[in-house]
Amino acid sequence: MTTIADPKAPRAPRPGPGRRVTRGNLELASWVFMRVSGVVLVILIFGHLFVNLVAGGGVKAIDFAFVAGKWADLRWRVWDLLMLWLAMVHGTNGLRTIINDYAEKSATRLWLKVLLAASAILVVVLGTLVIFTFDPCPVGAAAGTLPSFCPAP
Amino acid sequence: MWSWVAHRITGFAIFFFLLVHVLDTSLVRVAPETYNAVIGTYKNPIMGIGEAGLVAAIVFHAFNGLRIVLIDFWAKGVKYQKRMFWIVLALFVVTMAGFLPRHLMHVFGGN
Repeated sequence: MTTIADPKAPRAPRPGPGRRVTRGNLELASWVFMRVSGVVLVILIFGHLFVNLVAGGGVKAIDFAFVAGKWADLRWRVWDLLMLWLAMVHGTNGLRTIINDYAEKSATRLWLKVLLAASAILVVVLGTLVIFTFDPCPVGAAAGTLPSFCPAP
Repeated sequence: MWSWVAHRITGFAIFFFLLVHVLDTSLVRVAPETYNAVIGTYKNPIMGIGEAGLVAAIVFHAFNGLRIVLIDFWAKGVKYQKRMFWIVLALFVVTMAGFLPRHLMHVFGGN
């Protein structure tokens, strides 16, 4: 890596033992990903907010039957899965940047990032399993909670 | 500078909501009544105001994020960055003006 003399960057890289200030192409990939995923997420999340909070009955109309009705359509499952993955990677990468900027000690940075990665993996795996294994008509559900297309018990 | 600060704060807040939101949605896999009980807490007036704040954070982060993309990839982006910031604020106001009455009507309305 070449360094530019006195680059007048908004934030000078902090020198210090064990503090790497550049990670080569991975940081470039992360920078590109934030922009590309961001544009896609604007569409996915605005669509999600419009359908769930604006069209129809809004937040008060959201219940199990509402979710089951949406996920009966494969397109909404794909939409939500893509939204889950992109939003989680985008958000986790954003939090990683914030940790790198404000956690001064190497050990603190490491532990915060371990915690961040663990939470992110847990949430992505859980959310993915839920979308793939969702059952709109579970056996033994309380009366009146299922969508109208479920067979009568 | 302030757009950068606001982008960080809104991004940080949205991320933590996202973690909670995936966990609460995952309850659809436990039982319909469990999910309904938890999602029911999203319908009280205090949470309704919280949702308005969340949507405001998302709308700002979205429009300002598009502004960042234009600054980085559009040849005239840097030149117009300040003007684009005012456009972001205008679009924010317009979007929230469309969303808030509808949402508050859902939250505080009779049904």
